[in-house]
Amino acid sequence: MSAPITLPRWADLVLVPVLSVLTAFVVGGLVVAAIGVSPWDATRTLITGSLGSGEALGFTLYYTTDFIFTGLAVALAFQAGLFNIGGEGQATLGGLGAALVCLHGGFLPGWLLIPLGIVAAAVFGGIWGLVPGYLQAKRGSHIVITTIMFNWLASTLMGYLLVNGMRAPQSMEPETVPFPPQAAIPTVHGILEALGIPSATTPLNLSFLLALACAFAMWLFIWRTRTGYEIRTTGANPTAAVYGGIAPAWIIMLTMGLSGALASGVAVNEIMGVQNRLLLEFTAGYGFVGIAVALMGRAHPVGIVFASLLFGILYQGGAELAFDQPKISRDMIVAIQGFVVLFAGALDGLYRPHLARIFTALPRTRSGPI
Amino acid sequence: MMTRCTRGAAVLAGASLLALCATAASAASVKPAVVYDIGGKFDKSFNEGVFHGAEKFKSDTGIDFRDFEVTNDAQREQALRKFARDGFNPIVAVGFGQAQPLEKVAAEFPNTHFTIIDSVVDKPNVQSITFREEQGSFLVGLLASKASKDGKVGFVGGMDIPLIRKFGCGYVQGAKYANPKADVYQNMTGTTGAAWRDPVKGGELARSQIDRGAEVIYAAAGATGLGVLRAAADGGKLGIGVDSNQDGLFPGKILTSMLKHVDVATYKTFMDAKDGTWKPGSQVLGLKEDGVGYSYDDYNKALITPEMKAAADAAAKDIIDGKIQVHDYMSDSKCPE
Repeated sequence: MSAPITLPRWADLVLVPVLSVLTAFVVGGLVVAAIGVSPWDATRTLITGSLGSGEALGFTLYYTTDFIFTGLAVALAFQAGLFNIGGEGQATLGGLGAALVCLHGGFLPGWLLIPLGIVAAAVFGGIWGLVPGYLQAKRGSHIVITTIMFNWLASTLMGYLLVNGMRAPQSMEPETVPFPPQAAIPTVHGILEALGIPSATTPLNLSFLLALACAFAMWLFIWRTRTGYEIRTTGANPTAAVYGGIAPAWIIMLTMGLSGALASGVAVNEIMGVQNRLLLEFTAGYGFVGIAVALMGRAHPVGIVFASLLFGILYQGGAELAFDQPKISRDMIVAIQGFVVLFAGALDGLYRPHLARIFTALPRTRSGPI
Repeated sequence: MMTRCTRGAAVLAGASLLALCATAASAASVKPAVVYDIGGKFDKSFNEGVFHGAEKFKSDTGIDFRDFEVTNDAQREQALRKFARDGFNPIVAVGFGQAQPLEKVAAEFPNTHFTIIDSVVDKPNVQSITFREEQGSFLVGLLASKASKDGKVGFVGGMDIPLIRKFGCGYVQGAKYANPKADVYQNMTGTTGAAWRDPVKGGELARSQIDRGAEVIYAAAGATGLGVLRAAADGGKLGIGVDSNQDGLFPGKILTSMLKHVDVATYKTFMDAKDGTWKPGSQVLGLKEDGVGYSYDDYNKALITPEMKAAADAAAKDIIDGKIQVHDYMSDSKCPE
């Protein structure tokens, strides 16, 4: 047995992820070079296309918003030792809740309607997470299986409702009529225009701030409250938790409910912030990306915000790359994103032992006790 | 030049042959672009038809085009805007999902010409092309009914949306027109986009319809349809293809294909733009405009008897003349029984 790997905190939190992402870029660059595109040009397009202009940044942060929500949802469940891969379904149901309030609350002013819509999204998404939580806690049905099944149930239910009941008359697309205008969460573009600052049209809206607030709230909840401590204890050792007077069944249901509510933030961003109508498949796989985000962010809100930003850059920069380089198809972009997940998420331990050896070999004068 | 005009004109509805050749000499500079929908460029069906039309334009004129495949809802607007800002003109938006984003972008770029396929956007710089799929489906329904012994035929749709119900509804009407006692088994593959690319489930649905006695099965399901056609062929029954001519996939096992000429529409849009004859407004392409139809070629000659062909062609003529009214499901979300 080798000694446990110890690294200085800064190396653990910064150096290891940076090295992993760089490796992913190098490998991705080799693939790009193999199909005849200069990796240097591709990287430049990726970076300027995602951060280089107001429009690019707006799109990047818009994707980031979705990833923060789903990343937090997965991370919260991780803390209780649960693997919630039902973010897609929970967000879908969240969209239904938001839509029901927005469509039927047209007589309410925006300052009331928007918060009500957000609450409805959280409640619907939360219930969709709570039910698998209940099945896990009381019936022992494995959460991985039930949350996957609930994704399908959600998409079937949504398809049924949109095709048979909620669809706008005369519309080809299975989608509802637009929400009343006051139900739209203000966009950053709209706010800047109102202040007289010219800006590009992007889908970025104030849901981004809600996402950051949720990240902060989750940190407070998990590390600064008694219930958060109970969640972490249940995750670390359910048997010890029972011995310590914690009821794991209750903790599992609570965590899954909150996790579902966080996932439905995607609905707030997409349905109330961007589309202003309910449509099929607005979740676009963000729920699954949330798993990678949570892994990469080490299930910590700060890590998740940065991992979400990285994925936002990959999504927006990747679209830009597919746009500018006809040789690079959208499937190639998925492959490059896959490398990042592989190296930064799954192969996280790749550099750790080597770095540990280097750091142990260094004179210990400055590093001090860890 | 002459051969190019003739070749180009051959795929067109024929009417504008002279106009085309007359103006081709003064070709305006065009930078065509295509924004595909989520199904993707190579879906073997609808989007791919557009791609083939654009490729044909490229090989006929030497003018290259750019394209983009969207992966989520927000990218539609983004891609349309980017192409417009980069000076592309005309820009073809594929699929009804692009109607709302196009409405916004078309207003921002009044000097750019947009063409949307499968939906209607009412703007002075937008050309909207829709198809009367119910008419083409009516004809293949009639053929299916005639090809079966006791009128038991099947329909496998992709995603359960009004557009696909429109296909099914036309098919039912055609089958019952040929044989009032016809029995049509209908199944949809699913309610999400995944239903367009699930050939395994398509095959299962087709097999269950065959077990209930279906002898001909019409697949209006994108890539899922390939599974349907294979199951029909393996079960010794007949399949009916959709959108593109799919008769050659399982020769002798595919009765016919319901053709939807998106390739021709795309080609014509690019050509018109090049010739300066592109016009905004709404076009509805039915049997009369040769926008839809059924395939009849070497692959299925043996399957379609002269009597069947005569019946189908007579019905086509009656539809064009208005003697047969094929009900459009989308007009009232109902299908007459």
